[in-house]
Parts: sequence; C-alpha cells; structure tokens
Amino acid sequence: MLSLIQQVISGIATGGIYASLALALVLVYRAMDVANFAQGEMATFSTFISYSLIEYAHIDFWLAFVITILISFGLGVVIERALIRPFEGAPVLTLLIVTLGLFTAFNGVTGLIWGYVFKSYRGGFPDQPIQFGGLYLNTQDLGVLGVVLVMLLLLYLFFTRTKAGLAMRAASLYPDSSRLLGVRVGWMLALGWGLASAVGAVSGMLVAPIIFLDPNMMQAILLFAFTAAVLGGIESVLGAVVGGVAVGILMALVGTYIPGGQDLRLAFGLIVIVVVLLVRPAGLFGRATVKRV
Amino acid sequence: MRRLSRTRPELIGLAVVAAVVLIGLPTVTNQFFTFEFAKVAIFVTALIGLNLLTGYSGQISLGNGAFMAVGGYTTAILVQRTGIPYWTTIPVAGILAGVVGFLIGIPALRLTGVYLALATFALALSIPPVLNHFDTFTGGHGGIVMAPAMPPLGLDLSQEQWLYYLCSGIALVLFLFAWGIVRSRTGRAFMAIRDSETAAVASGISLAYYKTLAFGLSAAYAGVAGSLLAIATSYVNPDTFGLSLSLALLVGVVIGGLGLDFGAVLGSLLVVWLPYYAEKASGLQIGSLSFGGKPDIFYGALLILILFFAPHGAAGLVQRGWRWYLLRRTAARSPLPEPVVER
Repeated sequence: MLSLIQQVISGIATGGIYASLALALVLVYRAMDVANFAQGEMATFSTFISYSLIEYAHIDFWLAFVITILISFGLGVVIERALIRPFEGAPVLTLLIVTLGLFTAFNGVTGLIWGYVFKSYRGGFPDQPIQFGGLYLNTQDLGVLGVVLVMLLLLYLFFTRTKAGLAMRAASLYPDSSRLLGVRVGWMLALGWGLASAVGAVSGMLVAPIIFLDPNMMQAILLFAFTAAVLGGIESVLGAVVGGVAVGILMALVGTYIPGGQDLRLAFGLIVIVVVLLVRPAGLFGRATVKRV
Repeated sequence: MRRLSRTRPELIGLAVVAAVVLIGLPTVTNQFFTFEFAKVAIFVTALIGLNLLTGYSGQISLGNGAFMAVGGYTTAILVQRTGIPYWTTIPVAGILAGVVGFLIGIPALRLTGVYLALATFALALSIPPVLNHFDTFTGGHGGIVMAPAMPPLGLDLSQEQWLYYLCSGIALVLFLFAWGIVRSRTGRAFMAIRDSETAAVASGISLAYYKTLAFGLSAAYAGVAGSLLAIATSYVNPDTFGLSLSLALLVGVVIGGLGLDFGAVLGSLLVVWLPYYAEKASGLQIGSLSFGGKPDIFYGALLILILFFAPHGAAGLVQRGWRWYLLRRTAARSPLPEPVVER
C-alpha cells in the first residue's frame, strides 16, 4: 500500500511535466487549431541551451532557467512570424506537415550542435529523499510540482489579469471581431507560440534531470503530453493539467505493476488516445464541437 | 485532361527510355548502387501506398512505418520458423499488414486531421518498444537474422541484381495497380472525400467504406515494402521501423508530390539518396559544426520550402515543365488539379 502511494506521488510529479508540455500544445492549438508536433523538439533545443549556459558559461541553474525561458519565448515568436505565418489560413494537413518539418529540423539541429551522446543534466533540486511519515518523498519530485504550480499561477494571472492575456483569449475565440476592435490578431498568434515555447522549455528543463539529456529525449514525453491533452480536451487548459497528472499516475502504475511495463508505456499512451477519441472525443473538459456546413 | 492522356510520340519515347534505364541499370553500375536502387524500388512501393492514403484520400498517416514493421516481421518470422521460401511470404506480409491497417482504419474513421495525425504518431512511436517487449517472438533488440536471398537457380545474376529486379518488378506491378485504382470509381471516391467529405457523403459515397479501404490499401503496400526490406537486408530489428522511418515516408511523399502518380518515384529517390549524400557531406564544416551524417535538417528544410514554393512537390514541377513544353508545341492549356496541400 505504501509503495502504491509512493508510486502515485511520483506519478503526480512526472504528470506535472507532461501537463506543462500538454499546456504548451493547448496554447498553440487554441491559437490556430493545429497540434504542434515540434513542441517537444523545441523544448529539447531549449533544454540544451540551458545545459550550455550552465556547463560552459558557468551560470547558476536558476539564472540559466530564467534566461532559457526568455530565449525560448523569443524563439517561439520568431518561428511563428517567419515560418508559420506564411501558411496562415492553410488547411490543417499543410500546417501539420510544416510542424513535422520543424520537428525533423529541430531534431537535426540539436544533434548537429550538441551531438547524440547522452549527457547528464543536474537540475535545480538535490536528488535526495525526505522521510514523511512512512513515505520517502523525493525532493526532485516536490520541486517539480512546485515549479509547475508557480507556472500555472503565473499563466492564470496573465490570462485573467492583463490586457495582453485578454486580447489573446479574444483573438483565439473571435479573430474577426477582435481584429475590428483593434487587436493585432497575428501578433497574438506569435505571442501564443512564444508562450508555448517558454512553457515547453520549462517542461524540458524539469524532465532532463530525471531522464538523460539527448536530442530524442522529448519524443516519448510528447506522446504522453498528447495523451494528456486529448484526455483533458485539447482546447482546455484545466484539462491539460488534469490530463497530465492522470497520465503521469497511469504511466507510473503501468511501469511498476505490469511486467515489462516500461516498454509498453508508449503503447498505453496510444490506447488511451484511441479510447478517449472513440468514447468521448471532446475529452474530459472540452466542449463538443458541432460542425456547420 | 483528355488531351494529355492521348498517346503522344514523346510519351512513348519516354516510356522506352525509362524501360531501358530500369532494366539496364544494374548492368552498368556497381553492387552498391544496384542495392541502393533496390531500396529505391522498396520505398516506391511504400510511398505509392502512402500517396493513396494522404495524397488521394486526404488522410494523414505518420504510422506507415508501423505497417512496414508488420510486413517485415511477418516475413522474418515465417522464414525463420517454417523455413518456407522467402518470396512466398511477400503476399502474406501484404495481406496481413492490410488487415491490420483496415482494423486501425476503423477507429481512424472518427478521427480527422489533427487527431488522426496524433493517433498514427503514437502508433509509430509505440511499435519499437512493443517489438522489444515480445522478444520470444520477435527476437527483441537483437532482431531476426535471415538467410540472404539468393537468385533462383538458373538465373545468372548477382544477389544485388536479383534483389533489384525483384523489388522493381513488384514496385512496377503495384504502381500500375495504383494507377488503375486512382482512375477508377474507387479513386474518384477517394478524391471526392479528400476535397470535401460533406459533398462526398451528399453524393452517396460511403465514408466508412472508402476511408477504411484507403487505410487498408496503404497498409498493404507498406507491408509489401516492409517484407521486401527485410528480404533485401536479410535482417529485421525494432529500430529499423521507428518514428524516423514513418517521418521519412511522409517527407518522401510530400516532396515527391502528393496526389500525383510519379510523386512516389521522385520521393523515394530523395529518401534513399539524401541520407547517402548527407553522409558524404560529413567533411563539410562550418566552424566547429560538421554537417552530415543525419539527413534530418535537410528533410525539415526541404519539407517547409516545398510546401511554400511548390505544393505539388517534385512531380508537380516536372508536370509543370511538361505542360510548358506542350504549351509551346500546341498552345493547349489545361489547369493543374487543385493542390492537396495549399498555402
């Protein structure tokens, strides 16, 4: 029983990481109705930037963390302006293929700069257990949860308390009316990509200490983030968080209690995606859309 | 279109040249190039299948590498366990992969656009670890080694030459089959669904039937390609059929030309030769960065450039050149079909 609780707690922590990447996916999806397949690879790229800052520029982890978030934000904005904007209004298939192009390009660039050798990445938290009752909690897990909660709070404040946040919400819901009211809808999309890229970078920097740093490290995480987003309803911010935690717990349990479960976790992700889409396509928190023809 | 499909002397000339090149190729190049062109033929087969699905019926799949895995492992396991001749396993691999594709097509029916991409992406990612897991059957990480495929007795061919003729023969037959499908009632139904599902349903086309059919056909082509790949390399392992294979297929079909017959041929030339030249370019250095080894950067950049400048892909460019030639000759004008992907 104690081991079960322990697995659930560590699942919640990993779930927080899935939730933050899922959140990045949701931000882009809300802005332009497309799943950004490159989100994970962009996060990997950002994480490598923070690695270089820490290892070669000898900057403290938390300072590097902030700098990386700012760089990633800029990167997201530039990518939207330079590569996504030319395809504005294109069919979903075209945009999907563009993000897949970004996926391969980012993967290649990361491999080109930093190589394919696995690197160990020291995060901002010591890797030591704290005893709490009969439970051993990992400082790492608690730290991850703390960072994710702070990030969620900041995003919530941004979207509900600032003018830019309001404009972004308006632009994604009613692009035409917003444009008439003077909202720069195009720049709101760029802002969405920037935020998504920054949030993704956080997930990368949180997961890298747990797994090793390599150019392909986010591919499995991306699948779990997709699973989380689909489970929560791909347009719902709350859904991404709840979905992420649920997927985190599920994967921790599958990995522990099913023989050879580590190998099968990705397949479980696939099963969850398919089952959710068949049973409740809008996810837990999404609204069913009615298509008008 | 009528005007174009009328047999022209230039077309007959081109067909003769193509046939001579196709048959004569292995007699003038070395073993390595012959083998690489056998791989081109294998990718042609896989890309024709993906083109039927994505190019003609408008459903994206990032999971055709997984169907190739089904085909490859069917061949390897059958040959290893039962010892039957390798060539008899090719149709079995195709049919089995087709059935799997048909079954996966059923949930895919309710998934469009983004969701279909997500589900097939998950399929592509989860296949290698699943193959690793059931290692009593699949040999796990080590994979399965088969006896090399020897030419039939009485044929005076090297092993590479035989593989080349086998793979290109099968690719040619499957190319003609797809050519026929595209121009039949089925092909028109595929394209109607691609262009507007609502309009297609309103015209009495069964979405469920044609969408799952497209998935099944595409998977069967992938299965044959996977089987041929296993035979050609006489080896299968989980990493052969990972996400990068599925992505390479998508890159090939988009750059070759979605919804155009020759797109598969041009795309597979790229998918086989680009990694080769990327490897050769390893000497190229800018500062401390050495390019080469992996073709990923070129794939990604080409993908975006092609979508922006030539949404019909390489085959579209060739077709445009051909049109331009005809225009000069006859001042005939017929519009290109609407691009499958447009910006």
